[in-house]
Amino acid sequence: MNIPENLLYTKDHEWARVEGKTAYVGITDYAQGSLGDITFVDLPKVGKALKQADPAAVVESVKAASDVYSPFSGTVLSVNPELASHPELVNKSCYEKGFFFVIQLDNEQEKAKLMDNNAYQVYLEGLSK
Amino acid sequence: MENQKTPLYSYHVALGAKMAPFGGWLMPIQYEGILAEHAHTRNQVSVFDICHMGEFILEADAFSSGFDRVVTQNITGMPPGTCRYGHMLNDKAGIIDDLIVYRLKEKSWMIVVNAATIRSDEDNLKNNLTGEFTFNNVSNITGKLDLQGPRSLEAIRGIFGSKVEMLSYYTFGEFDFSSQRCIISRTGYTGELGYEIYVPSEHVASLWARLLEDSRVKPAGLGCRDTLRLEMGYPLYGHDINLEYSPVSAGLDKFVDYSKDFIGKQALLKEKESGPKERLIYFKSDSRRSARHGFGIYSQSKRVGTVTSGSFSPSLGVSIGMGYIRGNHKIGDQLLIKEDNIEIPVVIVEKPFYSGARPN
Repeated sequence: MNIPENLLYTKDHEWARVEGKTAYVGITDYAQGSLGDITFVDLPKVGKALKQADPAAVVESVKAASDVYSPFSGTVLSVNPELASHPELVNKSCYEKGFFFVIQLDNEQEKAKLMDNNAYQVYLEGLSK
Repeated sequence: MENQKTPLYSYHVALGAKMAPFGGWLMPIQYEGILAEHAHTRNQVSVFDICHMGEFILEADAFSSGFDRVVTQNITGMPPGTCRYGHMLNDKAGIIDDLIVYRLKEKSWMIVVNAATIRSDEDNLKNNLTGEFTFNNVSNITGKLDLQGPRSLEAIRGIFGSKVEMLSYYTFGEFDFSSQRCIISRTGYTGELGYEIYVPSEHVASLWARLLEDSRVKPAGLGCRDTLRLEMGYPLYGHDINLEYSPVSAGLDKFVDYSKDFIGKQALLKEKESGPKERLIYFKSDSRRSARHGFGIYSQSKRVGTVTSGSFSPSLGVSIGMGYIRGNHKIGDQLLIKEDNIEIPVVIVEKPFYSGARPN
C-alpha cells in the first residue's frame, strides 16, 4: 500500500497535498484499489465553495459510485481536466496524474483534523482487523 | 445466514480475488480487474467458477409428469443432446426463474437454474409434478465451470479431445475428465464462443487447475460476467426479470411456445393482446456515467420507468443499461436517467449493445 509521507489523509480515504494556501486533492491508493477499475469521475465546478467534509466529487467504478469529500473548507480553484477522458489515471497514478481538484484553503487550522501518513497507516490497519 | 462457498473458494483467495456475496454465495467478483477480464474474455478465453448455480436431474416423461407445463419452451420437441433456454412462470405469468433445460435422454432431463432461486425452483417443480417421476437436486454435488471466449475451443480441446468440436450451439455431449463423466454444452451468457462444463464437485478443483495451466486461459469473476451479459442485452434474474414481469414485458416472447399448454399461458396471452403495461428497453449514453439499478427513467420530465441494470460498457467505452418503461417509446427516442442530482441523457437502442461477439 502506497501512503506517501508528504500528504494528509481523511478517514474517507482522500489525500491532500498542501502547498501554501492551496491543496491538491485526490483519493488514496487504498481507495482506488478498493473501488477497482475507475470508469468515471464527476468533478466539482471551478469556483464552488466547499466546507470541510462536504461531498465534492463522485468517483464511479464498473460496479459502484462513491462520494469524494473535501478535506478542507475553501474554493475550488481548478480541476484535473484529464480525468474526463482518462479516469483510469486514478488507478494508475492516484497521488500524481490522478488528482481530482485544487482547493484554496479558507482555514489552515483544519489540517489538524487530518491524519499524517503514519496515522493513516494505523487507521487502515484498524479497518482490516 | 452465512454465505456458502464453492469448492474453489480457497483457490480464488490464493489468486487475490475480491470476494463478495452473490445469491447466498461468497463469489469472486474480480481478480486482475473487471475491465481486463472483460477484454480477455472478448479476445481470448476466460474461466468462470459457476458452481453456485443449481442443477436438478428429472427422470420423467415430460407430458405425463406435468414437466412440460412448467416450462415455457417447447421441450418435448428437443432431441436428446440439445439444450434450450426458457422460463418457469406463475399463474400470473410472472417469471419464477429463467433456466436451461438439457434433454439427457428421452425421459431424462437436467435443469440448470439460478443460485438464489434453487430452493423456490425446486418447490415449484415438485409442486407441479405428478405421476411417475424421480427428482434430484444435485446442486451440491455438481461443479460447473464456464469457459468463454473466442479461443475457448482451443483451450478445451486439449483436455477433452477433438470430439468437443462436434458440439454446435445449444447442444451438449458427455466427456471424461479423470475418469469422471462430465457434461459439456456449447452455451454461455457472454455472447462469445463458449462452453459450460458440469463435473462432479470433488473434481472441479483439478479441472480448474488444468484449465489454468493453459496460458491462454485466465480466471474471470462475476463482475465482468455481468458487463459481458449486459453488452449482449441478456437479462439477469432478480434485476431485469423477476416475479413482477412476464416474458412479454421482458421481450423474451421468442422463448415461449404458445402452441402448448403451460402455467401462466392465459395471463400471458391476455397481456400479449392488451399490450404489456411496462416493457424492457435498452438504452445507451454518450457519457461514461452509469445508470444504476433503481434510477428513474424520464421522458420530457415525466417519470416513465426504472433502470434494472446499468453499467459502463468496457467494449463500447460509454454507459449502457436496461429498464422497464410505460408508454409508446421507440428505438431512437431520447430519455433521461435521473437520480438525486445525477442526470444522464440516453437513447433507446436495439440489443445487443455490442455486436462483435463471435458465438459460432
